[in-house]
Amino acid sequence: MTELVSAAKAKRPEYRNINVFKDLPSYRLPAAGFVSILHRISGFLMFLLFPFIIWMFDTSISSEISFGRFTSVFEQGVWIFAGWFIKLVALALIWAYLHHFIAGLRHLWMDISHSATTKEFGKSSAVVTLVMSIGLTVILGAKLFGLY
Amino acid sequence: MAVNYGSKRIVTGAHYGLRDWLAQRVTAALMALFTVVVLAQVLMSKGPIGYDQWAGIFSSQWMKVLTFTVIIAMIYHIWVGMRDIWMDYVTSSVALRLVLQIFSIVWLVGCAGWAIQVLWRV
Repeated sequence: MTELVSAAKAKRPEYRNINVFKDLPSYRLPAAGFVSILHRISGFLMFLLFPFIIWMFDTSISSEISFGRFTSVFEQGVWIFAGWFIKLVALALIWAYLHHFIAGLRHLWMDISHSATTKEFGKSSAVVTLVMSIGLTVILGAKLFGLY
Repeated sequence: MAVNYGSKRIVTGAHYGLRDWLAQRVTAALMALFTVVVLAQVLMSKGPIGYDQWAGIFSSQWMKVLTFTVIIAMIYHIWVGMRDIWMDYVTSSVALRLVLQIFSIVWLVGCAGWAIQVLWRV
C-alpha cells in the first residue's frame, strides 16, 4: 500500500544534513521560515551590538555635553566610522528590534491561541510580520537619513 | 517511574525546557511593556527631543526600577537565546561551545553592569 502510494508520487529532493553552501541557496523557505531565521539573526545581531546600544544610552543620557557628542556622531562620525555608517548600523538595529519585537508578539499569540497556529494563519501572520518590520524600517530609515 | 536522579541523572542538553520557555515569554512581555512605556513618553513630548526630555524619562525612581528590571530580564532572555544558538550550531566541539557560552555570559553581565551604572547616573 505504502509502496503504491510512494511510487505514484513524483520524486522530490530529499534533504538530509543540509549543507550551507550547496543546499541553502536553492532551499525554498516558506514565509514563516524566513521570519524564524530572521528572528534568530536579529537576536544575534543585537547581542553583538549590545555594547554599542549601551554606549548610545550612556552618551545620550549622561549629560548635555555627552548628548551633544551623541548627536554629532551621527553627523560627523567617530574614529574611523563616517556618520552615514553609524546611521546604517543604527538602522540595522532598528530593523533587528522591530523584527524581533513583531515576530515575538506572533510567538506569544501562537502560544495563547489555537486559531493562530493553523497553516493559513501561520503564513499570513508571517507575511504581516515581514511587511510590518520592513515597512517600518524603511519609514524610520528615511527619517534617520533626513529624507523628510 | 524511571529513576532519573543521582547517578542516573541525565546531564546532556538543556533539560530545563519549560522553565526557559516560560522565562523567555515573561521576559519578552516585560521588555514589550517597557518599550510601550518609553515610546509613549517619547511620542507624547512636543517638538524635537532634546537632552532634558530624554533624560527626564529615566529620572523618576519608578522608571529606574522598571528599567533595572528590564535590563535583568533582557540579559536572561539573551542568554536563553544565545545558548540555543550555540547548542544548535556548535556541535563539533563541546569545549568550543563551553568557551562561547562563557563568553556570552561575560559579555552580557559586563553590558548589564555598564547599563545599570549609566541608569543611576541620570
